[in-house]
Amino acid sequence: MTSDIAAILGIDGIATGAVYALVAIGTVLIFTVTRVIFIPFGDIAAFTALTLAALDAKRFPGTGALVVILACLATLIEIISLVRAGEIRLLPRALFFYLALPLAVVGLAWLTMRAEPPLAVRLVLALMLITPIAPLLDRIVFRPIADGTVLLLLTVSVALHYALVGLGLLFFGPEGVRTEPLTSFSTEFAGVLVSGQTMLIVLAALVFSGLLYLFFDFTLVGKSLRATAVNRTGSRLMGIRPARAGTIAYLLGSLMAGVSGILIAPVNTVFYDSGFLIGLKAFVGAIVGGMTSYPGAAIGAVGVGILESFASFESSALKDVIVFSLLIPILIWRSLASLHSEEEIEE
Amino acid sequence: MTRLHVQLAAIAAVVCIALAPFVLSPFSITLMNYIGIYSLVAIGLALLTGVGGIVSFGQAAFVGIAAYATAWVSALNGYSPWLGLVFGVVLTCCVAAVLGLVTLRLQGHFLSLSTVAWGLAIGFLFGNVEGLGRFNGISSIPPISIGSFALVSSSQIYFLIWGIVAAVLLLGYNLLDSRLGRAMRALRGGNTLVESLGINAFRIKLVTFVIAAFLASLSGWLYAHMSRFISPGPFDAGMGIEYLMMSMVGGAGSLLGGVVGAAVVTLLKNSVQDYLPLIAKGASGQLEIVAFSALFILFLQWARQGIVPFVARYLPKVRRERPHPAPPLPRRAQPTPGELLLKVDGAERRFGGLVAVNNVSFEVRSGEILAVIGPNGAGKSTMFNCLTGALRVNKGEIVFAGRPITRDAQSRIAKAGVARTFQHVKLRPRMSLLENVMLGTYARTHAGLFAGAFRLNQREEASVRHEALMQLERVGLGEKPFELAGNLPLGNQRILEIARALAADPALLVLDEPAAGLRRQEKLRLAELLRSLRSDHLTILIVEHDMEFVMSLVDRIVVLDFGSKLCEGAPAAIRSDERVQEAYLGGVA
Repeated sequence: MTSDIAAILGIDGIATGAVYALVAIGTVLIFTVTRVIFIPFGDIAAFTALTLAALDAKRFPGTGALVVILACLATLIEIISLVRAGEIRLLPRALFFYLALPLAVVGLAWLTMRAEPPLAVRLVLALMLITPIAPLLDRIVFRPIADGTVLLLLTVSVALHYALVGLGLLFFGPEGVRTEPLTSFSTEFAGVLVSGQTMLIVLAALVFSGLLYLFFDFTLVGKSLRATAVNRTGSRLMGIRPARAGTIAYLLGSLMAGVSGILIAPVNTVFYDSGFLIGLKAFVGAIVGGMTSYPGAAIGAVGVGILESFASFESSALKDVIVFSLLIPILIWRSLASLHSEEEIEE
Repeated sequence: MTRLHVQLAAIAAVVCIALAPFVLSPFSITLMNYIGIYSLVAIGLALLTGVGGIVSFGQAAFVGIAAYATAWVSALNGYSPWLGLVFGVVLTCCVAAVLGLVTLRLQGHFLSLSTVAWGLAIGFLFGNVEGLGRFNGISSIPPISIGSFALVSSSQIYFLIWGIVAAVLLLGYNLLDSRLGRAMRALRGGNTLVESLGINAFRIKLVTFVIAAFLASLSGWLYAHMSRFISPGPFDAGMGIEYLMMSMVGGAGSLLGGVVGAAVVTLLKNSVQDYLPLIAKGASGQLEIVAFSALFILFLQWARQGIVPFVARYLPKVRRERPHPAPPLPRRAQPTPGELLLKVDGAERRFGGLVAVNNVSFEVRSGEILAVIGPNGAGKSTMFNCLTGALRVNKGEIVFAGRPITRDAQSRIAKAGVARTFQHVKLRPRMSLLENVMLGTYARTHAGLFAGAFRLNQREEASVRHEALMQLERVGLGEKPFELAGNLPLGNQRILEIARALAADPALLVLDEPAAGLRRQEKLRLAELLRSLRSDHLTILIVEHDMEFVMSLVDRIVVLDFGSKLCEGAPAAIRSDERVQEAYLGGVA
């Protein structure tokens, strides 16, 4: 391997890693606030790419139908649980958030679609369509078992991923998509050609990590999210609703996953099931950061991207085997490095 | 319902299954074969996940290793499938042992995530290795032959599959009811509990892990020779979660639940395949996985217990006989009264900058009750954890019965004769009083895996049961030995912990705040029990902050304050010591 090839692989790896980093930060965000290891984040990213591709092709994306179905389901569950709890006065609010708002988003997207909007608007539309999915899934799937063990939540999360892959095939079809690059700009950097897309990816990762940092440190909502992450009961006593904090975390997280999906779509062909590997690799990065640190997760994810890039140069067939085998030593290191309080397993 | 009824029911089930091929259609028999093959993996997961608390998403990889191994031996190299069985089982167990050695020390969800990792890695490997047919798989795998009789049709291999399932169930239930099985059932109580019983928790986890992999390898062998063709598909991560689902649907922790879960999931999947096309034409394949995952999620939300435990609640309870008298277990050589038993010399333990225990020295002599007391934050619990091996001291030495135990693991200290109880009671709530106490005898007994599975341990088991009943009677809980431990009130749970500790035949009994949370009457009963133990020449060390409880009970007291030893002496002297009064009351009253 010459230094030229190494440089190309390195830059390629950093670009891939930056995409993983966005998903990894979302994963950490959800985990710290809700204790859910949200495996389907990769699917959210892949769905965004598929949505954008459909919009580019002037088709209304399947995401719309998916959001409508999930919104109806979530509303139904919310109504049942409110009626059971005898809190009927909260019904209008629930109808607004779980039904009217998602439907309005889909409706808006549908109307805008007909005007054949420019790329920037299509990007916003794709993100708008994708962000309700994770919070709605949270309401349907995770809220009823919010107090379960991490393991239970993880098992449910893995099952949810499989459901989403099936839905993805149903709503987007089996064809892979590749969207047009967001920019055709490219430049030479230390003798290696760097495309504008790569720079955009890295830039987006940096900007969003920075924004998240500002959000957490300088806004009350951000602080309430951090409080929930540290102690659910304690923050509840301080008037923070963990469920609401969870919803915000899912919204933010799926926004990050959506951005990463948009960024990766012009670089890699995305299929309905591409999300799993994106999600898992991001997740490997998140584990490197101990599942609690955002910079750690970002650095870990970039590391995974670089590793994958070099591994695929050595043996493209075995690159995934290499990446996932590497997770085990990392897990051991993390497990040794973090102090655990003994936790009895639920009977 | 007596034991006889249970046996009759089991025989009836075996007869039904044996007669099934003569009644059912060939398609149903094939379905039954798949159920049997999946059951084996699900039974392994019931042991690993349900009993041992280790959630594995990667069992499909083990099935795949064995299937590919036997296919390689029989189809590609032309040897007998039986050689394939040996090779597949040995290879799978070796891989499992290595993976287990590396990953089983991981905690909680880290461990489960590692199963996702190696499950995926091994799954990818099948499709990418040159010699294993890549994604085309391996075809023309020969059938299994018994003598010259080849098991070609599905009704022939049926008997082999279900014979293996029945044998596995029988051996599995035997195992769970043995010394090793009880240790496995204790794993969910956490490492500290398991180690405090003199059990090497890591070893038990490894054994459980390898057993589960072994069952998966049997399944893989049968699968390869039944379908006669293998490809990477049935061994990927998706199948791994399906196996997990089977064991959870049936009732994690119940071996029979593995079979029931495999049956329910397989039949459900089959009917979903039948009926979905009626609802949505052309999209059935996609909807199948969606419907399936949705059902699983609903199940996890609403019925985590699983089918078998749910049904079992409505069945009459199995009546069990009280254990009969049996030859006693060998006892350890007890130290002579008055002899130096435990010596703590200059113990120091730091947490970062905080010195929790600072240069503490004291001695415990055989036959006495010594209390370590002190106000909150005095370092009592840290001292206690150092004594029992849960924490290491940074400086100083601890000698027990003439042997330094400063660097020993918890289970070694427990084996040496230090039995403990817990401030926050650690019992196995779903095990009976008797079984909880039987756990205590682990370090005194020897029956291993095979003795347990094949019931070669009956003489020792009888002694263990008898010993456990004796200890229950000794502490006054001998009336209902088959009651579940979780049903006892807190006071009795504390006493049950003492019975469990006594079953280990300890030289030193260490009690961590035994009076905490007890009502007055319960405290009096506890004090009375401890006095009666002292009259049996048992040495007791109590860590406690309840002055009243301690004063009337113990021979000597060591007072800790802010990590250092304040003073030491008889209760009366301690009571009048000004420094103690100041520590407790913040000044001489």
